[in-house]
Amino acid sequence: MAMTMTQKILAAHAGLEKVEAGQLISAKLDIVLGNDITTPVAVNEFKKAGFDEVFDKDRIAIVLDHFVPNKDIKAAEQSKQCREFACSHCVSHFYDVGKMGIEHALLPEQGVVTAGDCIIGADSHTCTYGALGAFSTGVGSTDMAAGMATGTAWFKVPSAIKFNLTGKLPQNCSGKDVILTIIGMIGVDGALYKSMEFVGEGVGSLSMDDRLCICNMAIEAGAKNGIFPVDEVTLGYLKGRSEREPVIYEADLDAEYEKTIDIDLSAIVPTISCPHLPENTHPASELGDIKIDQVVIGSCTNGRMEDMETAYRILKGNKVADGVRCIIIPATMQIYRDCVERGYITAFIDAGAVVSTPTCGPCLGGYMGILAAGERCIATTNRNFVGRMGHVDSEVYLASPATAATSALTGYITEPKEVK
Amino acid sequence: MNTQGKVFKYPDNVDTDVIIPARYLNTPNAAELALHCMEDIDTEFVKEVQPGDVMVAGWNFGCGSSREHAPLVIKTCKTGCVIAKSFARIFYRNAINIGLPILECEEAAEEINAGDEIKVDFDSGIITNITTGKTYKAQAFPPFIQNIITKGGLLVSLKED
Repeated sequence: MAMTMTQKILAAHAGLEKVEAGQLISAKLDIVLGNDITTPVAVNEFKKAGFDEVFDKDRIAIVLDHFVPNKDIKAAEQSKQCREFACSHCVSHFYDVGKMGIEHALLPEQGVVTAGDCIIGADSHTCTYGALGAFSTGVGSTDMAAGMATGTAWFKVPSAIKFNLTGKLPQNCSGKDVILTIIGMIGVDGALYKSMEFVGEGVGSLSMDDRLCICNMAIEAGAKNGIFPVDEVTLGYLKGRSEREPVIYEADLDAEYEKTIDIDLSAIVPTISCPHLPENTHPASELGDIKIDQVVIGSCTNGRMEDMETAYRILKGNKVADGVRCIIIPATMQIYRDCVERGYITAFIDAGAVVSTPTCGPCLGGYMGILAAGERCIATTNRNFVGRMGHVDSEVYLASPATAATSALTGYITEPKEVK
Repeated sequence: MNTQGKVFKYPDNVDTDVIIPARYLNTPNAAELALHCMEDIDTEFVKEVQPGDVMVAGWNFGCGSSREHAPLVIKTCKTGCVIAKSFARIFYRNAINIGLPILECEEAAEEINAGDEIKVDFDSGIITNITTGKTYKAQAFPPFIQNIITKGGLLVSLKED
């Protein structure tokens, strides 16, 4: 029976010639990931169950990114627990303050994850690495503990939805507008338990940062994973980064999909996801005057170098509107450093923005940009649930970096002009 | 195994951020976290819930973040079971892994009202609404998952197997 790209990777990692949708398998894991929120729960479970050793110190990644530099004493205790566990098990991919980044920007950048991998992470946005042609999915802390102990995880083989991409994005749009548009079309459970496989001649025009952003939000459509085929863009990105040799899997030509959805990239427009669900999408141009109090440009969705470049082009030489707080967070120390070297940080500060070291902070309402009652934020983050960024009566509008930066200058949600 | 109790009714797409807001995730302590279960959409839940009570919700319960703290706080509040039209993938997996009983049943989730007294038999999947007298049949777990639940969670089952 023909297989999708996801099914091929799962079959190979389960040591099977073939798998089919619905089949329960046990698959070998290339990387097991956790962060400063989910790892402590995993470590407690790992110890409680009586495991002494991790399956492979080089295949575990622990990234302190949610509440670091630590926001309070309790957060510091959680980081300390992660640090002690990583140290006692000689975990080679342990990223502490100074070398950390937001995990889903950091692991691809550092070459820890690569094409053909089977990856679980105790963070829902682990699906990001599908952009590299890997099977990668979010799990909870107990699965992380089991993965660290055994190097395997159980999966129900998913069916898939095929997204056939054609054309090329307009100058004022990016991967964020693509994935928000798709979530608006199929809903927050439109791909529940399924793979989202992105194919077609339009793929080649999307940068790696666009693809990482698109796969990052596959979970916001309920998907098990999102995945792109491996092409020249992928190989160019992986070259000189990958710690391990990339393995290329391709979907069979006659693979079965639950449905195929055609996406004409040239017809995408700057898109906003309004409160309080990511599926509540509207073209930015149709929203009218929506006044904002805060702008956040960052996160595992949009804190990469292209996102910083976009923000720079728009903010440089301009001023953030009076009454607006604009918070910019490069997602890794490398991106942060590149922003310094290129003069972006100076331009951001001159524009009236603030720049933080990498953290997930505001995206999940942790710290570094919490909203008061009645306040409204336009953010390049990934969720706009009730209370996500602070008070239950605050609002988050999800948007691309171009739309967020443009809105920072006007003080209202504003469609970006051509910026690429 | 079964549970009996009062129903707390919730809508579609209840996300893990409202089940346990991230602002409290600076501790892995379940008892401390459970004080804030559902507080962003239902401030009364923690005050009123009694052991064995049941959450009944719509589609896609537990969507969003992978935080295992979400099923954990529901379990720690002594909730006997969650019934929904459907569950988000990671929540479903986490609930099984930590031993929180969950059942998918569209008809029951549609018809059962807040405050109804219901009884749930996990072995048979039979849900009985004591208030209205109506019964429903939820889909049973596949044997592979039943094994994890019977053994008391994923890690215990891994150790034993």
